[in-house]
Amino acid sequence: MSSIDYSQKIPNNVDLSADRTLQRALEQWQPNYLSWWKDMGPDGSLDYDVYLRTATSVDPQGWAHFDYVKMPDYRWGIFLNPAEQDRKIHFGDHKGEAAWQDVPGEYRANLRRIIVTQGDTEPASVEQQRHLGLTCPSQYDLRNLFQVNVEEGRHLWAMVYLLHKYFGRDGREEAEDLLERRSGEADNPRILQAFNEPTPDWLSFFMFTYFTDRDGKFQLCALAESSFDPLARTSKFMLTEEAHHMFVGESGISRIIQRTCQVMNELKTDDPARLRAAGVVDLPTLQRYLNFHFSVTIDLFGADESSNAAIFYSSGLKGRFEEGKRSDDHQLKGLTYTVLKADNGRLIEKDVPMLNALNEVLRDDYIKDSVAGVERWNKVIEKAGIPFRLKTPHKAFHRNIGSQATLKVSPEGKVLSEAEWAARVDEWLPSASDRAYVQSLMGRVVEPGKFANWIAPPMIGINRQPVDFEYVRFN
Amino acid sequence: MTDPAAGLIKQHLIDPEICIRCNTCEATCPLGAITHDSRNYVVDAAKCNLCMDCVPPCPTGSIDNWRTMPRAEAYSVEAQLGWDELPAEWSAEALAAASGAAGVETSEPEAPAAIAVESTVHEFNSAQFNATLPPWSAAHAYINLYGPRCAQHSISATVVGNVRVTEVGTDYDTHHVVLDFGSLPLPVLEGQSIGILPPGVDADGRPHHARQYSIASPRNGERPGYNNVSLTIKRVLEDYQGRPVRGVASNYMCDLEVGDRVEVIGPFGASFLMPNHPRSHIVMICTGTGSAPMRAMTEWRRRLRASGKFEGGKLMLFFGARSQQELPYFGPLTKLPKDFIDINFAFSRTPGQPKRHVQDVMRERAADLAVLLADSNAYFYVCGLKAMEEGVVLALRDIATQAGMDWERLGATLKQEGRLHLETY
Repeated sequence: MSSIDYSQKIPNNVDLSADRTLQRALEQWQPNYLSWWKDMGPDGSLDYDVYLRTATSVDPQGWAHFDYVKMPDYRWGIFLNPAEQDRKIHFGDHKGEAAWQDVPGEYRANLRRIIVTQGDTEPASVEQQRHLGLTCPSQYDLRNLFQVNVEEGRHLWAMVYLLHKYFGRDGREEAEDLLERRSGEADNPRILQAFNEPTPDWLSFFMFTYFTDRDGKFQLCALAESSFDPLARTSKFMLTEEAHHMFVGESGISRIIQRTCQVMNELKTDDPARLRAAGVVDLPTLQRYLNFHFSVTIDLFGADESSNAAIFYSSGLKGRFEEGKRSDDHQLKGLTYTVLKADNGRLIEKDVPMLNALNEVLRDDYIKDSVAGVERWNKVIEKAGIPFRLKTPHKAFHRNIGSQATLKVSPEGKVLSEAEWAARVDEWLPSASDRAYVQSLMGRVVEPGKFANWIAPPMIGINRQPVDFEYVRFN
Repeated sequence: MTDPAAGLIKQHLIDPEICIRCNTCEATCPLGAITHDSRNYVVDAAKCNLCMDCVPPCPTGSIDNWRTMPRAEAYSVEAQLGWDELPAEWSAEALAAASGAAGVETSEPEAPAAIAVESTVHEFNSAQFNATLPPWSAAHAYINLYGPRCAQHSISATVVGNVRVTEVGTDYDTHHVVLDFGSLPLPVLEGQSIGILPPGVDADGRPHHARQYSIASPRNGERPGYNNVSLTIKRVLEDYQGRPVRGVASNYMCDLEVGDRVEVIGPFGASFLMPNHPRSHIVMICTGTGSAPMRAMTEWRRRLRASGKFEGGKLMLFFGARSQQELPYFGPLTKLPKDFIDINFAFSRTPGQPKRHVQDVMRERAADLAVLLADSNAYFYVCGLKAMEEGVVLALRDIATQAGMDWERLGATLKQEGRLHLETY
């Protein structure tokens, strides 16, 4: 392939132009990435000029540069937050030692696995979302979808950079594999199940960006504490971008709720059938989508008891959410944590060693954060004067990972028989007819300033642009 | 921004109605002026110098809010933490006459209680997934060269090594016994076994039955280029029910000395064989002396890797024992490079630790195993106590199902393509 002008084509703060080994690795990988983007990136969008935010440096002024860009020309850069001088490891067995600037041999396999797992989610969500552009509810939303997509792409670059730079041939092979797997493909699926679920409609997309990208926030926060300094710094920068993805989800659902409440008040009804006839998403359907995405996402945190989590923590690979703000000894030996366990068909609370329960600790932090956002959605309903509340389901509801996966549990936390579950599952999870209805709402709206009937316009535009700004130019 | 004459300041505030609590502002603020609780992100007016660093990273625009306030009446952090929405701007008149803002209590969502009912139990037959064919790339195995129905009933081997491979001081000792066949042929492959004929007769005066042991060494010998094999033998002092029994063959073997002669039959086994094509992956799941074939395969791959002529696939080992002290080859295993073999131990009786079985550890590694289950170049070997077989295969089933694979189809494929091998006792 032709040579790359590294500072222009791949903006970076890792001195890429001076690192020949890394250049060679990226030169091999980059054309494959572009061909992946052409195959698996947003459908039919290669020629659009999109009003995108591109990071050109990591300082507050440089990282949010807005301009029209064709997505394949987006400059997927490699950015690490600035190094902290003499950073010390602040948790685990190596607490107090200098943070690692290279991969310690004994943690090589685990670190590689962590990075590959994180990296695998990034292209996966682009694959999951590739058809959504064809059914966008507005130009504003279309632009947000594309922004999310290119940033997921950049997050893949961030992980591939680490693999190429620090893991030699294994890393290069893993980086290639990241472009080989496909979301939902039976014989070569993405590593984590939530990233193999389809994202068929915009309601699913908003739920995904609210719940599943929030998982990304918590995983990245835990990695941002890592003793492996390049991983910590990479994750920190990714977090600033991840924020936009959660915003898309939270504000998207909020706008759907707002529109539904408006129609409920206009028609003076809460009858789902009438609301569906009026072309909006009734709140019970919204609740079922919420139940689905919440439960699928909390599975991503892994088993409730995990020696890997303990090993990752004690060896300093992965900290807790806001590790630095916690006031315990940051080693956690001898401490316990209460987890929910399936025990002969019952749910029981059990104290287990804190170190083994760190997945659960992170999951609980995540749940708290998710619930806070759901409460903000409830405020929209409350403001409209409607007596309905959205709720996150019980932690054991619809779980496929961890000991609770052996039980069928209602959203209230009641353990059910298979028969009871089967009889009532359509009350709790989106049924085929729910999905068909939501699907039926999906028609493309791309006139500037116009919005599909089922969603309200946003409060403010992107980069303080007006809502009717031409966010996407179709060529 | 400050009007000292009037005692007014421009106070930076975050709109709680729009803020999504993404933390970019707090992460960016160079002064630590931004903080949060479970409800709101807020700016401390005493610390904020209006540098604007937090504004570009905010994805929502909620960060970009300002109020002109009497300095003495600036909204406190506590007050802001209680807000549901931004307070209205003060009018010019009101700015003159200050008044306070009150906090609102926060509330935590309550978790619903759990009630119990019985769960259902499914029938599951792990053996139906056991392959009877070897991997397509396995080497040809010689079987039954020596035995009662063969031209030569047994072959005599010389003991050239007998070392204990578990720590001294535990209830059980496991021995690594090396047998040399001199110039007589006994070609073996990793995963095969041989039979040992203990000398003497049983209580009824009949010769003892042959006892089968998996070979623990690779095809070119325990010592490369020599006509020898090694076995992993655990001294049996009680039966499966815990009653005291002295294993005839295991005690005979463990007590052998270098130079002793042993009668051997075999080799046996034509399906529990390793793949030989480059980049084929091997997942090994074992307990105790079930580690013997795994040691053989691992060592062969290690030798191939060292030769530089073979492009190695992934090796993943799940090894269960009651404790680290009872685990054979623990020391040598932990010395293998981590990028060569991915080792996962499960100890069921480590004091102060929860019981962990191989299938528990497999479930933790579901993400990696799912990828391998989906890969036709990955082969699965299970060897050890019968009791673990079902749990292991169930774990594989669950991992496959959770990864969106159809187990019925996959299980049949694993058997048909010689990808899942169970050898338990």
